[in-house]
Amino acid sequence: MSGMEDTAAAPATRPRRTGWLSLWFNRRGWADITIATPFLWLVVFFLLPFLIVAAMSFALRTSTSPPFSFGTDGHLLSLQNYARLLTDDLYIRSLATSLMNAAVATVVCLLIGYPMALALTRVSRSARNILLMLVILPFWTSFLLRVYAWIGLFGTNSWFNRGLTAIWNALAPADWALHSIQMMNTNFAVVLVMVYSYLPFMVLPLYANLEKLDLTLNEAAMDLGSRPWRVFLDVTLPLSMPGIIAGGLLVFIPVSGELVIPGLVGNPSQPMIGRVISDEFASAHDWPMASAVAVALLLLLVVPMMLYTHFEAKAQEKKAMEP
Amino acid sequence: MDSGIKGAPLAAATASGAAGGAPFIRIEDVSKSFGSFQAVRNVSLQITKGEIFALLGGSGCGKTTLLRMLAGFETPTSGRIFIDGQDMTGIPAYERPVNMMFQSYALFPHMSVEKNIGYGLKHDRMTDAQRKDRVREMLDLVQLTPFAHRKPHQISGGQRQRVALARALARQPKLLLLDEPLAALDKKLREHTQFELTNIQHKTGVTFVVVTHDQEEAMILSDRMAVMDKGRVMQVGSPTDIYEFPDSRFVAGFIGSITFFEARVRSVSGATALVEVPAMQTCVTARAVPGLAEGALVTLALRPEKITLSRARPEAANAFSGVVHDLGYFGKDSLYKIALPDGTTVSVNSVNARRSGESGRVAVWEDAVWLSFEPDAAILLTA
Repeated sequence: MSGMEDTAAAPATRPRRTGWLSLWFNRRGWADITIATPFLWLVVFFLLPFLIVAAMSFALRTSTSPPFSFGTDGHLLSLQNYARLLTDDLYIRSLATSLMNAAVATVVCLLIGYPMALALTRVSRSARNILLMLVILPFWTSFLLRVYAWIGLFGTNSWFNRGLTAIWNALAPADWALHSIQMMNTNFAVVLVMVYSYLPFMVLPLYANLEKLDLTLNEAAMDLGSRPWRVFLDVTLPLSMPGIIAGGLLVFIPVSGELVIPGLVGNPSQPMIGRVISDEFASAHDWPMASAVAVALLLLLVVPMMLYTHFEAKAQEKKAMEP
Repeated sequence: MDSGIKGAPLAAATASGAAGGAPFIRIEDVSKSFGSFQAVRNVSLQITKGEIFALLGGSGCGKTTLLRMLAGFETPTSGRIFIDGQDMTGIPAYERPVNMMFQSYALFPHMSVEKNIGYGLKHDRMTDAQRKDRVREMLDLVQLTPFAHRKPHQISGGQRQRVALARALARQPKLLLLDEPLAALDKKLREHTQFELTNIQHKTGVTFVVVTHDQEEAMILSDRMAVMDKGRVMQVGSPTDIYEFPDSRFVAGFIGSITFFEARVRSVSGATALVEVPAMQTCVTARAVPGLAEGALVTLALRPEKITLSRARPEAANAFSGVVHDLGYFGKDSLYKIALPDGTTVSVNSVNARRSGESGRVAVWEDAVWLSFEPDAAILLTA
């Protein structure tokens, strides 16, 4: 009570010596600054560069420095790069390879990561901390080093390759027998290393989601006659959808544009889109074309997501309005 | 509150159960330990078909563990549970003819009210039309038909509770378990829901086992109840039995308020006993209980509403005096704290039957008063 009286009495007793700046600062300065800092950061380091890239995608390649110019043939904007994007086989094929590899890697991550995340929520607290540590631990070693380790494993003379070959020869018909499996420079290798590298990005959001689920819901479903598998399908799986989507996006989006993994273990004649962008910039010096590919990839990844969010929000709203 | 009356409408449908008088649920010497902690110790209970049976006790007394063993979420360390004659040992929760209403209600947040109620019917062999009818019937029973398409987060707490009840009853269980059914409701809603629960129990005839830490809830809801402490059943009986005839200090103190006096038995003659109570500085007569021996130390317990307060020495057989130490005025009654010469404080509840101002009160602070009680009113406890 006394505190309130103090503040009420203060303006009357204290001399007024306040500029608009200190007024603003005292009233809402901290809130504004905390919101503005990341906002400005994103504008300066994400939105502006993106706008530059987007603008560049409408320019034309020249042999000047920098190697592009706007409107050489009377038009300010040229759609030539986008026309090439749609007609040249290379871009479409590499985009298809990227999305395909990313989709497979995401699904495999989900299939491996979901049981891992679920197990994390069901073990004792001490075991949970150790297992969580194990999931995060690979981040402590260099990503490149880990990919190079895989290159060693893929080699035709490695124990890994020989082991897989032995399994294959034991299972497959005799005339399909192989001396060794060609793994290096294949999409198989790319997807395998992607799954290996990005698995934590699937496990962690899924774990965060599953950990919050109320286990009495499982008991309720079981009480109402559901066997454990049915309980999983009816309760755990639908309620973990936000975690699946979050983990899926965290894997799918970076994997689609992945440059290093396909570069090291992939098939050079079957490039992924990240490689194409990098080549256009660095080797071909075609900055506008590289920008156009980058913009196209971004749109391809972001637009479906925005549409999904939009319709999901609409559907939620509609359900809430129902009598 | 007699179980016979409540069971009556069912008698025709369940002639065998009623006529045979065999207990519907038999808990035989059940114990449960978690590591070195013994949650339930050698509990044996028999519950009749169609009654509301309450398990009452403080937190950690084992009531919830016992309930979870009935539901099949926990397995007894030793002992057996029979439901309708069938041994439940080794039968998982999803195959038991038992449903539970969870304390948190545990409604599926991603399903509508209708889907929640119909969830348990998915596994039963019935046509879609039958299933729909059953859901409609349950919605009707709990008066939630207009809310059938809402999600649990779009309805109020009281409505959620009714959805949970309807969902648990939809499969027509032989036994319904209710875990603190009223704990999450506000006071007004509780009173309404208490009566609704008993009503629904009448209509459906399902046997209810209610777990609660709230004595009033147990008293109002149940036909019979078991008071539990530290994993043991202390006493089983109707609410009246438990309140008026507790057989241990624990039960007497747990239910309602009560004042305990140390006493020594002087003589026992037939149905009455003469006991000396040092705190009252007199001998009083009380209804005798089995196991009283002359000269034995016993506890005499008196409930506040059973004591009469007066300014002058009353004619009653059992009278003693004290000084008003404190008093609280609640409108319909007043609670007095009377200090006896040896320092014991006695609670006395007196109904304000006459309309009077402050001057009309029986006594105020520091007044010397007389307390008296009928021999029947005193509870003698040997344990």
